[in-house]
Amino acid sequence: MTQPSANGISSPAAAVRGTTISPIKLLLKGRAFFALIAIIIVFSFLSPNYLTVSNLLIMSSHVAIYGILAIGMLVVILSGGIDLSVGSILALCGVVAGALMQGVKLTPLGVILFPPVWAVVVLTCALGALLGALNGILIAWFRVPAFVTTLGVMYMARGIALLQTNGLTYNNLAGRPELGNTGFDWLGFNRLFGVPISVLVLAALAVLTGLMLSRSSFGRWLYAAGGNENAADLSGVPVKRVKITVYTLSGILSAIAGLVLSSQLTSAGPTAGTTYELTAIAAVVIGGAALTGGRGTVRGTMLGAFVIGFLSDGLVIIGVSSYWQTVFTGAVIVLAVLMNTIQYGARGIRQ
Amino acid sequence: MSDAATSRPAGEVVLAARNIAKSYNGVRALKGVNFDIHRGQVTTLFGENGAGKSTLMKILSGVVQPTSGEIVLDGQPIVFSSSTDARNHGISIIHQELSLAPNLSVRDNIFMGREITGPTGVNYAEEERQVRRLLAELEEDIDPLTPVEELRLGQQQIVEIARALSVDSRILIMDEPTSALSATEVEVLFSVIRDLTAKGVSIVYISHHLEEALQITDHAVVLRDGNMTAYAPRADIDLEWIVRNMVGENYDLGSPPTGHDFGPVMLSIRELTVPDPAGGGYNVVDRMSLDVRAGEIVCIYGLMGAGRTELLETVAGKLSATSGEIVLEGKEISHLPIGERISRGLALVPEDRQRYGLVQTMSVGQNLSLASIMEFTRGIFTSVKLERALVQKSIRDVTVKTDGPDVPIGSLSGGNQQKVVIGKMLATDPKVILLDEPSRGIDIGAKAEVFRILAHHAAAGQAVVFTTSEVNECLSIAHRIIIMRRGRISAEFTSDITKEKIMAASGEAMAA
Repeated sequence: MTQPSANGISSPAAAVRGTTISPIKLLLKGRAFFALIAIIIVFSFLSPNYLTVSNLLIMSSHVAIYGILAIGMLVVILSGGIDLSVGSILALCGVVAGALMQGVKLTPLGVILFPPVWAVVVLTCALGALLGALNGILIAWFRVPAFVTTLGVMYMARGIALLQTNGLTYNNLAGRPELGNTGFDWLGFNRLFGVPISVLVLAALAVLTGLMLSRSSFGRWLYAAGGNENAADLSGVPVKRVKITVYTLSGILSAIAGLVLSSQLTSAGPTAGTTYELTAIAAVVIGGAALTGGRGTVRGTMLGAFVIGFLSDGLVIIGVSSYWQTVFTGAVIVLAVLMNTIQYGARGIRQ
Repeated sequence: MSDAATSRPAGEVVLAARNIAKSYNGVRALKGVNFDIHRGQVTTLFGENGAGKSTLMKILSGVVQPTSGEIVLDGQPIVFSSSTDARNHGISIIHQELSLAPNLSVRDNIFMGREITGPTGVNYAEEERQVRRLLAELEEDIDPLTPVEELRLGQQQIVEIARALSVDSRILIMDEPTSALSATEVEVLFSVIRDLTAKGVSIVYISHHLEEALQITDHAVVLRDGNMTAYAPRADIDLEWIVRNMVGENYDLGSPPTGHDFGPVMLSIRELTVPDPAGGGYNVVDRMSLDVRAGEIVCIYGLMGAGRTELLETVAGKLSATSGEIVLEGKEISHLPIGERISRGLALVPEDRQRYGLVQTMSVGQNLSLASIMEFTRGIFTSVKLERALVQKSIRDVTVKTDGPDVPIGSLSGGNQQKVVIGKMLATDPKVILLDEPSRGIDIGAKAEVFRILAHHAAAGQAVVFTTSEVNECLSIAHRIIIMRRGRISAEFTSDITKEKIMAASGEAMAA
């Protein structure tokens, strides 16, 4: 699963190699999958409530937040970059959505405008895209290192979110029927065929991104630019455009995650999503992507997000303290990176 | 180190390679090599790119460990665990690729890793005094406090040499020490070498400049394809002997394709000027003009730093020119991005295939199709079927030996990797194909195949421009040979020219 899914081509030879793979290699390649299975089995023994449909769905709706962020993080990491600003963009977009739900005061006209929910969603995503594009432009055109750029935007977005609310939280996001702006809680609470909307959103985004990566020319450009920027550039790949696009996508996905989170919590606070960027990076890494770029799949990243989510929720269910949860999550991340090193190191990529 | 001063008869073997073999990822770079290094004498290693010279030198200097075989120092078998270990035994190496830290000063580079320390930390004054003495010996006027990145390439090479000299080695290995030096600087280096050998220091010398190496050497060792093919003292050999042993008997890189007429001018470069991309403040390409016609093969020959790479990179769109025009099929293209130039029919095969040619994380097939993605994209999705057809055609076209298109690119040999880079650009169906050192680091068989492919494409009406730093390759398939020197064309020849004239025009030949 750690093979780039951009492998549009397959051959009989590849199929043969697939069947002759040794058990250890198979375990290494499918490590995120086996880890997830192991987590589910262990917690099922420890708690009778763990492996129930309702609990799995609840846990999945928690995973949705990290998962959506992780998809954005994946495309950024595939390009060879990093995006530390996703948690802050999530918070800023959340409070902006919250503010829009409270109504926009147009002082000169003396009226308060209450935009409908669909407009709130569109405006919020546009804000995310704008912030992401800012990251991308600074990184691609002005060659500011991605780490520094997104660190700066992380602080700025968080600061603006705090300024916006004066440190407070918007608690009333329900809207009022007479104003025609109800329905914000749909994202976080409603279900379609028994599945939470947030999980469906995650699934749809994962499928779309997966298709983009494996089947579109943009996907191929992205893997090439992340694998060797110089070679991609000389092969005519518009590397700068690819970079700006991935950060913009990451910004939009952060905004979507912000909407889902504030809908789930029915509140939008400026401190929401703190350190979520690190969880997203962890999900991508556990999913087998290389932080140096060019390697990674949506499937792996989704497994990574579920490993983290199911592990921490499982620990909550069996009553382990949240301090220990942090320790466990950290250990899983280190283990995942160690495995990545073994897998990619063993292949002997010589420069 | 101190026993270098004890008296021993000249010509005694100080260091010997015994049946040394080395494999990288299953590729055998050396296949059991024996040779001796004599005290106070110069032993030169001759061989083509990829013959195994650099690998052998890295083994002798402890940088890499041999897969099998042993090194004998003063009659005792020895294993060098690292280059520091080898240096402690009096063996040091001047690397082909400069191993200097560009941000540090000349002084700090020369004493990197073995700083002279006193009670108050590093004794910079003493270091500086020693550096000044060394540089004076090399007759080079460089301030020891200059950052290395501000020096030109030749001066950097001098610093590299000074660093090796500063260690008081008894065996000094020089891997292409003169590739960026001017003729005067080479003379100075040679007089330093003569001084060293007079003091009993043994020199191992590697150079592509055969005539130059013959001036200084006492013994010649020839490597070919990982084997030692010949060994003889200076008195018994001449240039012809070296070339014969280097390239083997049936050495043929082809001849210029005939039987087709040249078409119209496809690529026209007008008064092109390109500043040094490293910010050196001078022009690496200086008001250069060149026309290439359809079906024509042009070879650009020149030394390192002559501006060949920068010329091709500017034409391809990687660097930008300060003035001049690049005209493809009558249309000015200097303002276009790389991708647009490729789709208009201009392709560049870069010199360094690992850094600029291949995406190591992708498969052979994905590398081959990388420059033609839009060719097999229908709507928003790529077509697996069309891509597969394109890749299969490329593999046949450039005869890549691979277990199929899905294997990792790193599993191919150097020659086949190079063919993938060439195939990738040929797949874009270019009208003009530029190749920067297409034969670098590939074996002789692959080299001949690369030239055969190029000749074939020229005969089909494509314009081909390639650069080389090996004279033999100029005299293979090129219809026209351009000699570049300091950013300009210093001479232009047809294919019936001799090697000597080419080397003279490039500024390579010494006072011979």
